[in-house]
Amino acid sequence: MERNSEIELRLLIEAIYLKYSYDFRDYSGASIKRRVNHALVQFECNTISALQEKVLHDPTAFMQLLQLLTIPVSEMFRDPSHFLAIRKEVVPLLRTWPSIKIWIAGCSTGEEVYSMAILLREEGLLDRTIIYATDINPRSLDKAKQGIFSMENVRAYTANYQQAGGQRSFADYYTAAYGYAIFDKSLRENVTFADHSLATDSVFSETQLISCRNVLIYFNKKLQDRAFGLFHESLCHRGFLVLGSKETPDFSSFGNEFEALVRQERIYRKK
Amino acid sequence: MNSTTARPSIEAIVIGASAGGVEALLSILEPLREGFVLPIIVVLHLPEERRSHLAEVFSRRVALPVLEAHDKTPIEPGTLYFAAPGYHLSVEHDRSFSLSLEPRVHFSRPAIDYLFESAADAYGSHLAAVLLTGANRDGAHGLVQVKRHGGLTVVQDPKDAQVATMPQAALDLHRPDHILTTSGIGRLLVDLERIAC
Repeated sequence: MERNSEIELRLLIEAIYLKYSYDFRDYSGASIKRRVNHALVQFECNTISALQEKVLHDPTAFMQLLQLLTIPVSEMFRDPSHFLAIRKEVVPLLRTWPSIKIWIAGCSTGEEVYSMAILLREEGLLDRTIIYATDINPRSLDKAKQGIFSMENVRAYTANYQQAGGQRSFADYYTAAYGYAIFDKSLRENVTFADHSLATDSVFSETQLISCRNVLIYFNKKLQDRAFGLFHESLCHRGFLVLGSKETPDFSSFGNEFEALVRQERIYRKK
Repeated sequence: MNSTTARPSIEAIVIGASAGGVEALLSILEPLREGFVLPIIVVLHLPEERRSHLAEVFSRRVALPVLEAHDKTPIEPGTLYFAAPGYHLSVEHDRSFSLSLEPRVHFSRPAIDYLFESAADAYGSHLAAVLLTGANRDGAHGLVQVKRHGGLTVVQDPKDAQVATMPQAALDLHRPDHILTTSGIGRLLVDLERIAC
């Protein structure tokens, strides 16, 4: 019986790839299985095969499933000490480039994008920076473009912002209305939001800094390697790679191509 | 331990604990001798903000090497692993770890259910799962999954637990292979290792 569900899971993932070109084949198995099981309940399907039939013939159902397969769990200035280290250790070096390109890979609903934009504005760098914010989930990208977050969450982000070395009142960056915080749209003037998959797409620009936080943990080693390869190709000489608090290039095929600038905060530099 | 001799060999032990868990874990793990061969993987609920010093605390008092479980690293025999605070920990089919930031389960991340269910998938009947003291209901569903895959399930006797809620919740849902005190669990682990060798 368990064997059946393994087969069905592989077939579902293959079907999604063939039909919709979303490639989950090299995602971490335990997590994807858990999310598919969760989807079975939501879709009221008894088997993964039934779910497969549904999403294969109904693109709307697939879009709903995609919301469950991707994990839009994010927050602004998550791990404040990480952003403080970027401010102190990376910004002074970033400043030496006349124009700066930053890639936020797997930007989800935009929390990392607005955090980075606010930090760069306070450091006087936002005007000469272009940010590419990419994700595979179009609904997440739409939400990121709107820059509207619930006030409840923003209260937690405020504490993060302050611990991350924020220089102003966090409320300066948004307008509160009806329980939501609408972020200042000038923060995203130089942001390009785009559909991009680390599993299937290639490099689109040279960059000075890439932030990819808590995305790689959902990939197996092979796909992690692919992503590190893209980052290595995109980064200019001595460019920066910043990762989530449990992610590292150290054990990938590109382990020797990056050096830690602040290891504790997962800030790396291309050699 | 008649019930353990006729069963498939155990290749890994997973343990879940919450309130009162540090003391319970120490009383189980401190007596283990150097060279214990099975990997032991632990989810212990802790406040997320607190950076975990578990590995340090336990490495001073336990004979096994103690590590935080890192993403995509293979599970080594004879090693005591702790889940990192703030992340779910799961075991992949190739017996390596994966981390995840999926929503909390039973208000917890890491969640015991998450580890138990994925380890049941990876190890099947070659897994022993132990649920200890705690003040919530995490781990009960995970134990059921371990049992469904033919694994061995152990619950700390609620009377022996500092906080009985969690072991009791498991007992309400599932009849485990063993209900034991911490010293009984310690002895069982040694027996399981003998079968594994």
